[in-house]
Amino acid sequence: MTDPNTLSPLDLDTPDKTFLDSNELVINMGPQHPATHGVLRVILRLDGEKVLGLECVIGYLHRGVEKIAENRTYTMFNPYVDRMDYVAAVSNGLGYCEAVEKLLSVEAPPRAQYIRVILTELNRIASHQLWLGTHALDIGAITPLFYTFRDREEILKIFEKYCGARLTTHAFRIGGLQYEAYDGFEKDVKAFCDFVKPKIDEYEELLTTNRIWLERTKGVGVISGKDCIALGVTGPVLRASGVKWDIRKALPYANYKNFDFEIPTGENGDTYDRYIVRMIEMRQSLRIIEQAVAGIPEGPIMAKVPKVMKPPVGEIYHSIEAPKGELGYFIVSDGSTQPYRIRVRPPSFVNLQALDIMCRGQLVADVIAVIGTLDIVLGEVDR
Amino acid sequence: MHDLIQYIQSYLDPNVKTTPGGAGNIFWATVYVLLVFVGLSIAVIAMNWLERKILAHMQVRLGPMRVGPHGLLQPIADALKLLLKEDIIPEGADKVIFWVAPFIVVLAAFTVFVVVPFGPTHAITDMNIGILFMLGVSSLSVLGIVTAGWASNSHYPLIGALRSSAQMVSYEVAMGLAVVSAILMTSLNESSTGTLSMIGIVQAQKDQQVWFLFKFFPLGIIAFVIFAIAMVAETNRAPFDLPEAESELTAGFHTEYSGFRWSLFFLAEYSAMIAVSSIAVTLWLGGWMRPFPNLLGGPTWELAFSFIPGLTFLFLGAICFYNTARMPKHPLFRIQTIGLAGFGAVLALIGLVLFVPVVRDLVGDIFWFSAKVAGFMYLYIWYRGTFPRYRFDQLMKVGWKVLLPTGLALLILTAVVATVADPDLRRSLQEAVQRL
Repeated sequence: MTDPNTLSPLDLDTPDKTFLDSNELVINMGPQHPATHGVLRVILRLDGEKVLGLECVIGYLHRGVEKIAENRTYTMFNPYVDRMDYVAAVSNGLGYCEAVEKLLSVEAPPRAQYIRVILTELNRIASHQLWLGTHALDIGAITPLFYTFRDREEILKIFEKYCGARLTTHAFRIGGLQYEAYDGFEKDVKAFCDFVKPKIDEYEELLTTNRIWLERTKGVGVISGKDCIALGVTGPVLRASGVKWDIRKALPYANYKNFDFEIPTGENGDTYDRYIVRMIEMRQSLRIIEQAVAGIPEGPIMAKVPKVMKPPVGEIYHSIEAPKGELGYFIVSDGSTQPYRIRVRPPSFVNLQALDIMCRGQLVADVIAVIGTLDIVLGEVDR
Repeated sequence: MHDLIQYIQSYLDPNVKTTPGGAGNIFWATVYVLLVFVGLSIAVIAMNWLERKILAHMQVRLGPMRVGPHGLLQPIADALKLLLKEDIIPEGADKVIFWVAPFIVVLAAFTVFVVVPFGPTHAITDMNIGILFMLGVSSLSVLGIVTAGWASNSHYPLIGALRSSAQMVSYEVAMGLAVVSAILMTSLNESSTGTLSMIGIVQAQKDQQVWFLFKFFPLGIIAFVIFAIAMVAETNRAPFDLPEAESELTAGFHTEYSGFRWSLFFLAEYSAMIAVSSIAVTLWLGGWMRPFPNLLGGPTWELAFSFIPGLTFLFLGAICFYNTARMPKHPLFRIQTIGLAGFGAVLALIGLVLFVPVVRDLVGDIFWFSAKVAGFMYLYIWYRGTFPRYRFDQLMKVGWKVLLPTGLALLILTAVVATVADPDLRRSLQEAVQRL
């Protein structure tokens, strides 16, 4: 048999064999498939159940977000970024606002920074919860999904109370915040922290030591740290492969340098390590939130930002640690009210490129597990 | 005409202590077939509702609530929907085989109930090879699944069908070994004749005063556990639901099926679950016998236990009445409230009827058998709510590397222990000792 590593991902030009003869099967998983997390289409080349190679076909959710930016003012484009990674809308907003702030050379006041960190970390927990539920569902455990959705609801309630929206929040403005934290915000967040800690233990109870879960995740979709770096893979996937790289620590933004938290890393770079890394990240996020809530300073929530934003000619790249990895915004300004070009570096899109390497030689069921563990959101992949 | 009536009445003679099949009475056999068929259909409908409700409550949600009070009419609504759906046969499908496949599965799943012993005489017939018949016929359903996957002429069904054929064939081996070790135990009666008849197996447990689950502790339990694992795999249920793994193969072998044909697969799956559970109940859990026959023996306990069927139904009725009281008082809910109260009344009425001495004696066996099977059904739902799905190679590993060696070792051990414990052997040994 041919060595799967030398095979091109999808060599459809192999000589045509009769149906009964052929050992290889090309199947088309998606765009409508229960486990491809939206509209991802994966063309799989199988030998029985073994994956010889695969190719992702994307673009089914392409809305031209980057192009839309060129016809909107900086402020008007702000809500659009929420629609990319819609399960972590707050992170998207943070990245965009900070990038534009950098371009304008303004800085959000400390109180705004603290509230931003709280909401972003809450969103990280929400994103990880959604990942855990769907990932477990893909592997066949249907119950964690409902537990995580139940608890994610509490986060969405806080968002709703804060800014009126649950999913696409548009929580931040360029220069700070539009809304002051509502009465009892701190109490709610603290209550949530106390509420969710035992819940995370509950998820772990269902999965971490479950024999079937261990068998399905250990040694599945292994990727080395070297490969991750070569492919530009970031976020929990990179950290699970043993590379300690978290932009919150490496290139601190917002006011993350004021908080004490740890960056979990894995060793084997397999699906189980990625699961463990994300579970620890949830707990670390809670730690950050607790510190931030305890130390919210008084003061303004909005910096002095011109009504009509005309950033100076130039370009800027700013990236943040979104729940899924490095989320970067590259903005080129021509000095007008509208950006000349915005390019988003979405973590899901880049991480998805690792799918082929991670799946080769594994079984069909592992492809599903690996798609789940990469934690992709198609809104962000296609933009 | 007179002859016909006499023919019908002949089976009702209290001296006829056998199944209709055993008595060769075609009329009563047909009645029993219909009864079993109706009972099974009701069981599948109830199971459908219960599974959704129980699973929902395990997953902090309510499950069906809209169609009828607490969603009680949901299975009926679903069945109607499935019957009214357009009957699609894919263009590339092999039409004849596509058409036949669900019927093979349903036939296999229903035929096994011919020998299921709901009571000492409550079976359609009692074959002397009952357990073999059950295992043989139930394994025919793999044929239907393979043909369904093949005839669909589509990738996902094909992979699902291949998975299921490999899975069902390999788990049958372990299953068979566990069954054989239980059958070995039947030969330890005073009469010392082993039997393959389903009724005979339960009688053997009665004669030996022990359920085979507890026989030769822990051998009986190990055999039971092997069977309990293999039977989940055999019926393609979570965590061994690879042939229809939703997240991988969309719906596996029945991806291309819709409407009535699909509902046949559904029906077959649930009746197969009931069938294998009945095997387990018959072989290890004393079949129709009530629990604790030795510990709580005597006529007083006998009477007390005979009230349990009626009490169970009264309890279910009470739950209905309790929930009727808790229904929203809004006029929109009036019909649902009345419906729930009516349902409760029906259950309570059944409960009262079950207290009548004649009925009590008649249904006691059936009740205990069904209750034990229901326990297994609950386990099935519980597994589904708890476990992730095995991967194909891991499934094979569990089957061939864990269950099969354990089953073989168990079989040898049981044989050794049974030989040692065999009364005949012991007698001849004693005679030999005396002669010395």
